[in-house]
Amino acid sequence: MARIYISLKKGVADPQGQTIKQALNDIGFSEVREIRVGKFFDVVLTEPINEPHKILEKISSEVLANPIIEEFSIEGIK
Amino acid sequence: MNFGVVTFPGSNCDYDSYRAVKDIIKQPVRFLWHKDTRFDDLDIIILPGGFSYGDYLRAGAIAKFSPVMGGVKAFADAGGYVLGICNGFQILTELGLLPGTLMRNNNLKFICKDVYLLVENNQTPFTNRYKKNQIVRLPIAHNEGNYYCDEKDLNYLKSYNGIVFRYCGPNGRITDGYNPNGSVESIAGIINEKGNVMGMMPHPERYVEGLLGGEDGAEIFKSIIDNFSKRKAS
Repeated sequence: MARIYISLKKGVADPQGQTIKQALNDIGFSEVREIRVGKFFDVVLTEPINEPHKILEKISSEVLANPIIEEFSIEGIK
Repeated sequence: MNFGVVTFPGSNCDYDSYRAVKDIIKQPVRFLWHKDTRFDDLDIIILPGGFSYGDYLRAGAIAKFSPVMGGVKAFADAGGYVLGICNGFQILTELGLLPGTLMRNNNLKFICKDVYLLVENNQTPFTNRYKKNQIVRLPIAHNEGNYYCDEKDLNYLKSYNGIVFRYCGPNGRITDGYNPNGSVESIAGIINEKGNVMGMMPHPERYVEGLLGGEDGAEIFKSIIDNFSKRKAS
């Protein structure tokens, strides 16, 4: 199984993250300086499979992430 | 002029668009199902508002892979007219027919209200009945209407006057206060460089007669007809 993380590119505003950060500050977690919200997908591929990385990169860049505002990383292929 | 209106699973403005064409400009119109791939008979395709495929993944992200959109892309590449309204605009950016993308509204709320728009470009097949800098009133109803593009795309849009509508106040002033969703430079609608694909977040099909609350949207549909008749005559 692999996990694909999608996050907003640096410089793209994240009002949801800002709101959560503000709420945390308001309830006393003054240590929180910034929060950026992302999402992840757990993907299970059929086995055996050749070059799983290539497939995962392709579905990440072409489908799961919007390259205009998001970037992705892939971890934990078993 | 033959109109097609695409219905995706989750579209909810397809009948409004259909009716605007049938009853207001009285042109032949038919629905396209998201699995249709043949529409040689059409002159223009409308991608209506709604929540295609439940807006799963991202608004428009799944719709772009539907069978009908492969045909719509080829149709647009061959010069056919395409108008994307709200979710239709989101699909057009996902498909890459228009630059940029539509992010979640910066106030994190679904916004449903009337807005004022400044017509920045009235030299398009979709807006030629408006005057330049005319102020029009149309409803918006969206959660992801926050237009975003990088500086390169913004300069590109400006290079050919691709910004068609901006959000403004009732007096035409463009300020952050009148920008409902955080869009870059208050952009509400854009057109491609070739001038045959337009996307807009406001809903012209909902304001095509006074009884519905406004008539400013009817001019979009009438513009399409005017442009088509002129082109045919020349």
